[in-house]
Amino acid sequence: MAITSRGFSGRRSATDVKLPPGQYLTTDFPVLSAGPTPHIPLDRWEFTIDDGTDVLRRWNWKSFRDLPTDTITADLHCVTRWSKLATSWEGVSLDVLLADVKTDLPYAMFRSYGDYTTNLPLKDVMNKQAWIAFKFDGADLAPEHGGPARLLVPHLYLWKSAKWVKGMSLMPHDKPGFWENLGYHIYGDPWKEQRYSGDE
Amino acid sequence: MWRVGTVVALHDETATARTVRLEVPDWPGHLAGQHVDVRLTASDGYSAVRSYSIASAPNSKGRVELTVERLPNGEVSPYLTQELAAGDRLELRGPIGGWFVWRADQNEPIQLIAGGSGIVPLMAMIRSRISVGGTAPFRLLYSVREPGAVFYPDELQALSNKDNSVTATYAYTRATPKDWPRPTGRIDAALITSATWPSKLGPTCYVCGPTSFVERVAGFLASQGNSPDKIRTERFGPTGDRK
Repeated sequence: MAITSRGFSGRRSATDVKLPPGQYLTTDFPVLSAGPTPHIPLDRWEFTIDDGTDVLRRWNWKSFRDLPTDTITADLHCVTRWSKLATSWEGVSLDVLLADVKTDLPYAMFRSYGDYTTNLPLKDVMNKQAWIAFKFDGADLAPEHGGPARLLVPHLYLWKSAKWVKGMSLMPHDKPGFWENLGYHIYGDPWKEQRYSGDE
Repeated sequence: MWRVGTVVALHDETATARTVRLEVPDWPGHLAGQHVDVRLTASDGYSAVRSYSIASAPNSKGRVELTVERLPNGEVSPYLTQELAAGDRLELRGPIGGWFVWRADQNEPIQLIAGGSGIVPLMAMIRSRISVGGTAPFRLLYSVREPGAVFYPDELQALSNKDNSVTATYAYTRATPKDWPRPTGRIDAALITSATWPSKLGPTCYVCGPTSFVERVAGFLASQGNSPDKIRTERFGPTGDRK
């Protein structure tokens, strides 16, 4: 039972949008990251898929950009409680990247330049649920927002959408990534308000 | 789980920032640099939650201090800085965050760089070091609009008078104190060189402030040879999603 805050009325949203619990609407695009922004030259960029032993697939920037792309409109929900609606992206779906990968491994650890990691069940990045995005609002993705390319998994809290992504490692068991090791939820569904480890 | 804290003291740091001291009987303890979620609830059940950095050192007394900067169009910060009174109760969740923290067993040189209200979690680190009698050498570089906008001025002054182990350097962006040697201006590469630990000493750097400030400063630190994994950042955007 919440305690009522004497004299607090709050600032209600005039719009009728439905946000996940505990979120508020913003029109900005705040930046949150744990360290300095890496700057990755496109001629050194690559994205790889491995199974923990062998590299199964590898793209450089040119071969990656030759892949078919989707335009995506997505609502973003950050664990720091802002939500931004109807953002516009272009990217390559993980379905395309994983098309020829035969695997029984049910989890993946996404890896970034700058050593960030985040874990996801493989089923959460299949079926048009996740992309490697390289354009935001029609322009090349800025470094502070994860450019040249970031993971975009809009149905989970935004920390799962790893910036500066460079690969994914398939795993037999789920394992916490960077923030998941530092007190944040292993899965991160905003509609179930899975913010911190210990949340249901 | 939400905990209930009682406001036991309020103190204005500047014209727009206030420190709120809470007693939280079942507080599990915290690390310097962590933050809490604060929940306000209106009489009809509507609630709003924002995160605030903890300003106080870890302690076993259930004491948690937050310093809150009032945002002009904020929803929660105007209430905390203007309405809240001693004896009121607030709901808290936390502590949260395990990356932007300083632990008392860290002995390497520590470089703190604050932009505006980004000083708050860094002050918790300074206070933590003092309270444990730590010997890690600390430097603080504090970018602030004008002298009147400095948080904790007397405490910082007393620390730098007492010994040299916490050295503070100020960069004023709009107005300086009288006869101040450096003209107004943002932190630049030259000031990073002169006022921060040389990268060869392997300092851990903590940078907290607005996004553009953190981007710039972290870039300077990296280009001066500091390893990216020794540069820890905490940013807050124009929406005030953090402070």
